[in-house]
Amino acid sequence: MKPPLFDYEAPSTVEDAARLLAEGGEDAKLLAGGQSLIPLLNLRFAAPSLLIDLNGVDGLGQIRAEDGQLRLGALVRHSTVAGDPLVADRHPLLSEAMGYVAHPQIRNRGTIGGTTAHADPAAEVPVVLLMSDARVVARSTRGRREIGVDDLFVSIFTTSLEPDEIISEVIIPDRAVEPGTAVGSSFQEFARRHGDYAIGGAAAIVHLGPDGVCRSARVGLLGAGMRPEESRAAAAVLESGTFSERAAREAAAVATTDISPLGNVHGDPDYRREVIREMTFRAVMTAADKAKARIA
Amino acid sequence: MKREIELEVNGDRYQRAVEPRMLLSDFIRHELRLTGTHVGCEHGVCGACTVLFDGEPVRSCVMLAVQADGHSVRTVESLAQGGQLNRLQRAFNECHGLQCGFCTPGFLMTLQPVVDEGKQLSDDEIRDAISGNICRCTGYQQIVEAVSQALAEPQEDERAGTA
Repeated sequence: MKPPLFDYEAPSTVEDAARLLAEGGEDAKLLAGGQSLIPLLNLRFAAPSLLIDLNGVDGLGQIRAEDGQLRLGALVRHSTVAGDPLVADRHPLLSEAMGYVAHPQIRNRGTIGGTTAHADPAAEVPVVLLMSDARVVARSTRGRREIGVDDLFVSIFTTSLEPDEIISEVIIPDRAVEPGTAVGSSFQEFARRHGDYAIGGAAAIVHLGPDGVCRSARVGLLGAGMRPEESRAAAAVLESGTFSERAAREAAAVATTDISPLGNVHGDPDYRREVIREMTFRAVMTAADKAKARIA
Repeated sequence: MKREIELEVNGDRYQRAVEPRMLLSDFIRHELRLTGTHVGCEHGVCGACTVLFDGEPVRSCVMLAVQADGHSVRTVESLAQGGQLNRLQRAFNECHGLQCGFCTPGFLMTLQPVVDEGKQLSDDEIRDAISGNICRCTGYQQIVEAVSQALAEPQEDERAGTA
């Protein structure tokens, strides 16, 4: 189908975009890569009065490393993140996850700010940001604030952004790793066609000491509920001692006991829970293998 | 309200007034009458409408024509030169990489930058490159063979739209 009628503005500064958004009221929408919003318009699930196109806004397209953190402009495309050496070096889990974000044509348009604001619980980037303690910079005519992604993701397609706020940047802090220890990470996803909407997925970050004891762990789940999920209980299982396959199995079971995946034509909630459990196990095992290889 | 846009398509400059809600795919087909670009699902899943936007494959059904203002677009019409199929098109023909042909323009525009880059790819890498395009006829095997053949042929000066 075709999009409904809307007005269109293409500002060149964040200030102008914020002013247009404030004046446009609740029916104004921001357009970044458009790879979720335009399908929603085509299907007429969304009917904004005004689209504010951010693609011509200066200064939102860079990746910078500074003060122990990586700053990604909201308009950085997925294909850029996927090939960026700074990202690969500091946040290999984000680089790896990019291979699962839709298809090449979509990655050439989709943006990190857009997927973050879209807050899809089955999307790859929000889960990785959650596991990386990332924050977003929200700009409006009223000023600027930073929001941790744990506070940002409220529910399915719902964030704590005010209607007049624009995500201008995503900030990911570097991970501290003492000498002699190592971190490994892994992203695992199951879909009917690679790049399609995941039936289930999981990601893990495992930090091991030279003695094989798990110093810390993060376990993230895709499509497990109403928002990107992280399982502290699964991490606690892994952190309770020396890493083992048995601990990984138990962590995967704990992570998926209480989740409520939505059922659809490709899988009912029970099946999807099983898929997520297996993906969690594989992610934890692979992450630990990578950490061990780095210590050895 | 219509907006004036100016863009380059297959090396030609065009100026048009378009409604903001006009999709790039519809602009290409209905305004420019370049009907080689096909529209399948119209929500970014099937890949039939893939064109090159500033040299990169994108789905033209999930972009607005107004977003192409000041940019360059290449469609499947830019591939053959002087009535001669290019290397990639020839390989699709010879390997039976198409039957009904509906999806073919999207496959070709997805793959032309891959062929231009000239890197040899494994079958798995080729399948990854075409993961965003759906074909309901071939079963993909002959498409993978066509890409292998096109990549194996010596480079000619046939980059999309340079002629």
